[in-house]
Amino acid sequence: MKVLLSWLRDFAPIEGDPVALGEQLSDLGMAVEQLDLLGEGLDGVVVARVLATRPHPDADKIQLVDVDAGDGEALQIACGAFNMTPGDLVPLATVGTTMPDGMQIGRRKMRGEWSNGMLCSARELGLGADHAGIHILPEGLPVGVPFAEAMGIESDVLYDLEINPNRPDAMSVAGVARDLAARLGVPFSLPDPVVDEVAADRIGAVGVEVDAPDLCGRFTARVLRGARVGASDPAIARRLTLLGMRPINSLVDVSNYVMLELGQPNHPYDLAKVRGGGLRVRRARPGETMVTLDGIERTFIGDDLLICDGDDRPVGIAGIMGGAETEIDDSTTDVLLEMAWFLPIGIAKTSRRLRLRSEASARFEKGTDPEIIDLAHRRFAELVAPSGARLEAGAVDVRGELPERRPVRVRTGRLNRLLGTQLAAGDIASLLAPIGFQTSVVGDDTEVTVPSWRYDSSTEIDVVEEVARHHGYTAIGRRVPRSPHTGRLTERQRERRRLRSLLVGRGLSEAMPLPFLAPGDLERTGLPGDGIEIANPLVADESVLRTSLLPGLVKALATNAARRNTGVGLWEIGHVFRRPAADGAAGPLPDEREMLGVVLGGRDASEAVQEWWAVAEVLALRGVTIRNEALPGLHPTRSARLVGPAGEALGTVGEVDPLVLESHGIGERVGWVEVDLDVVADLPHDPHVYRPISIYPSSDIDLAFEVGDQVPASDVERALRAAAGERLASLRLFDVYRGPGIAEGRRSLAYRLRLDAADHTLTDDEVAEVRRRCIDAVEGELAATLRG
Amino acid sequence: MTDASSTPATAADDLVAEIGRLEDDARARVAAATTVGEVRAVETDTIGKRSALNALRKRLGSLDADGRRTVGKVLHGATEAVAAAVAERRAVLEAAERTEQLLAERLDLTEVLPGRPAGHLHLVTQAIQDLEDVFVGMGFTVAEGPEVETDWHNFGALNFPPDHPARDEYDTLYVNYRERGSTLLRTHTSPVQVRVMTGTPPPYYAVMPGRVFRSDTADATHMPVFHQIEGLVVDRDITFADLAGTIDAFTKAYFGGDFTSRLRASYFPFTEPSAEFDIQRPDGTWLELGGCGMVHPNVLTNCGLDPDEWQGFAFGFGIDRLAAARHGVDDLRDLFTNDIRFLTQF
Repeated sequence: MKVLLSWLRDFAPIEGDPVALGEQLSDLGMAVEQLDLLGEGLDGVVVARVLATRPHPDADKIQLVDVDAGDGEALQIACGAFNMTPGDLVPLATVGTTMPDGMQIGRRKMRGEWSNGMLCSARELGLGADHAGIHILPEGLPVGVPFAEAMGIESDVLYDLEINPNRPDAMSVAGVARDLAARLGVPFSLPDPVVDEVAADRIGAVGVEVDAPDLCGRFTARVLRGARVGASDPAIARRLTLLGMRPINSLVDVSNYVMLELGQPNHPYDLAKVRGGGLRVRRARPGETMVTLDGIERTFIGDDLLICDGDDRPVGIAGIMGGAETEIDDSTTDVLLEMAWFLPIGIAKTSRRLRLRSEASARFEKGTDPEIIDLAHRRFAELVAPSGARLEAGAVDVRGELPERRPVRVRTGRLNRLLGTQLAAGDIASLLAPIGFQTSVVGDDTEVTVPSWRYDSSTEIDVVEEVARHHGYTAIGRRVPRSPHTGRLTERQRERRRLRSLLVGRGLSEAMPLPFLAPGDLERTGLPGDGIEIANPLVADESVLRTSLLPGLVKALATNAARRNTGVGLWEIGHVFRRPAADGAAGPLPDEREMLGVVLGGRDASEAVQEWWAVAEVLALRGVTIRNEALPGLHPTRSARLVGPAGEALGTVGEVDPLVLESHGIGERVGWVEVDLDVVADLPHDPHVYRPISIYPSSDIDLAFEVGDQVPASDVERALRAAAGERLASLRLFDVYRGPGIAEGRRSLAYRLRLDAADHTLTDDEVAEVRRRCIDAVEGELAATLRG
Repeated sequence: MTDASSTPATAADDLVAEIGRLEDDARARVAAATTVGEVRAVETDTIGKRSALNALRKRLGSLDADGRRTVGKVLHGATEAVAAAVAERRAVLEAAERTEQLLAERLDLTEVLPGRPAGHLHLVTQAIQDLEDVFVGMGFTVAEGPEVETDWHNFGALNFPPDHPARDEYDTLYVNYRERGSTLLRTHTSPVQVRVMTGTPPPYYAVMPGRVFRSDTADATHMPVFHQIEGLVVDRDITFADLAGTIDAFTKAYFGGDFTSRLRASYFPFTEPSAEFDIQRPDGTWLELGGCGMVHPNVLTNCGLDPDEWQGFAFGFGIDRLAAARHGVDDLRDLFTNDIRFLTQF
């Protein structure tokens, strides 16, 4: 919402430094997105008329424009914009001008053609952010006069404000003025147009039916006769232009002007084109169509509200956009002026469904003021009076369901308890009165009547917010609450941090792939393509939720490989999303889990296993094992499951499938670890109870077994641990040998067992006993033989 | 005893002379030794058990008492002197050998092959951890929730009625799960507030960092995935003043003591009164950081709390842009490209 300081001053004597006023507007919740000081640096800019345009002989992005700068001569300008046509009035910065941004305009050659000045965009003139093309000026301005003079720009200030959904009042210049005047403590008043009405004539024949009183709370129509459609009053055209609306004709411009000024959208119909002599407001019939002003055919559903003519043919989408057929044109003389109040949610739904937003719908969907309508009709009549239009006495005024405005009880104690203030009922009243909230004291409390222009406001907390806003957020003190808790991370969160520290310490960097996949990404990574889809993806590449961290991390390695970064080790802790196993038992949400994924570029499965054991150690996991198994996405003979003590599926380890690597352009082995941290959280963790360190010398025994390749080393290890019992201080596989001396399909596994006892040095007999038990166990339980 | 030359005095003199000779010879050999091993051999040879010098002890018995005493003293002196020479020579040679060994072990420490350098935490994770630490220091706990949420947690409970235009601001990505429109990728971390309030009894002093999603085309300043941190304080008498004070305390703790903050009126469906909060840098410039406000009574009611009994505030802001700006990263897409040359810079 743009407002001009001069326009605000039509309603209140607002004085002060423009920047300071802007800060007040921001503080009140109307954030200033842009502030332009108009009329500065515009000396030398004149109104010029475009005479002709032609292509530049040597450049595509520049054209040559002949303009008349007031002397009737054609002056050649080279220009990078193409939005003007001969006859348009445009601002010309003449040679010698210094622009608001300090740029000097000289006579210069552009690609070999002379440019005698510069045609300006709104931004170049300091009139807003628009830089899409040359700022086309309203018709009727005298050619050759200084631009600032022609536009009546006298050190004005243009504010572009961000208006929140809870501020329907601030969707008008008057509403912004009311709020600012209240803050500044200066009086505010709306205009009170005096209009000489002519006797009712045609209005009597206008019939209005409102078939949907739930969606249309009020519908009024008045008739203006004898209009001569032409160019607008330059003062009106100028304000519209500065606020970002293009002047069209004297009637349409006044319509827009009234909307901007008072916040009341309105629609002038050419009465001659309204068939059947009246209007009907009704829900659309499903499938019904109409061509809107923008030339697009719209198809409706039963929740859309239409304005139809007396023949029941749609002439407009209520509150959003009119139809082309009843549009005002140069031949219009009699005008049927509609002003209405529509239910905001209804407008919002239709506007969103049709993806059709207009200045009108933006106001209706926040909630307009149903009581401003009478004034707005008179203001319209006052402004079109110079064009000869006269307002007929009498009006059609049909009321549907308007929002009930019940008084709101505001408890003084509650208000202060929420805000941390010590305001008395009288303070509350004097903060609310200037913005139209009427108050009366009831005991300790205040009964508040919310003004008709605050559709958003209907509860105690809404009024508390208004009090806080006008008291000023900065006037409320500051206090730091004392938490009764001790701030700390949960065990899970601390575990996650330990894990991050470990991984970083092991030389692996944290990656952050997007959790979205393209269709087929899962399959390309060797995984089942059963990812949950996004219903409304912006791009197909981001339309599936990942079920595993594998695709994202492999992609990250592929990106690095393509940039000649190899041997990269990355990890991620992130969420994956899976369909619950059994649909019947499915909860309201997918099976979402937190996973750790590690990719080790240039390193093989063995090294991945080493990383896994480091992870297992820092996670303090006990009794977890590795079970060789061909797994999707992984190297079929170099992958394994990580299994918890009760068989829990903890994750996977191994190498990424060479086929997957090949399809991603990765030319090295890639080790892989994935751990389900939600499963880890539920596993028993090592309580780290102290096991006394023996002060007696330990003894080592080395045992090498010849074992078939199909027997996992972990089985041998398990047998050794069980057999060695409490004497075992440590067990280490120190050599794996295949080759001469060992049968094909078998290998030698050599273990070093370190034995000790807490209370004595082990005797040779004791050591021999453990040794014998170990050999018996491995040879007895497994297809293994001790090597000589 | 017929040999005239074998008078006691002569025999003693002879022995002394021989001791002298042997001592001289030993000293010469010690001095000539060039390795510690040679010194050890010379020592054994000259003053060891089987040495000539030691062998002379047996001949002391043939002397009279006077001669034995005199010659014994000489012999002892000679042995001691050779031993001292040996020790001295050994020390010199050992020092030389150590020096030689150290020289032989010389390493050019600038020619070492690179090992495995430390890994790096992602920029955003670092920022999240820093923020968590600041709030933990202020007595907050850290709460988390799912990234795929129900419409009720993300919108309904937070006072966004169905079809409310405020929903439009959130560019929501819905997922095909259960009824159409029932399940979505959370558009903010606020649903975690709902989970905290519906899952545990008040009071609450918690922050909720996490990943959020919007239907946004990736460019230098927007990503469809980004991170937020949100705070929730609900107790019996938490006021707007506590909100302003908490924002300011956080600003100073995280950005520095010379930063200040301000609140401006704003609108969010789930808070009222609502505010934007800005922080002011020491150079006087302002940065819009996030939104905040008093938790809306409807939100408390939706979460099963009586708004006349419990009240409080919530605040939240985006992390990625903050973290990127802090390190001079001017394109948010870099955060998610995972180029190792980017990741290892922070």
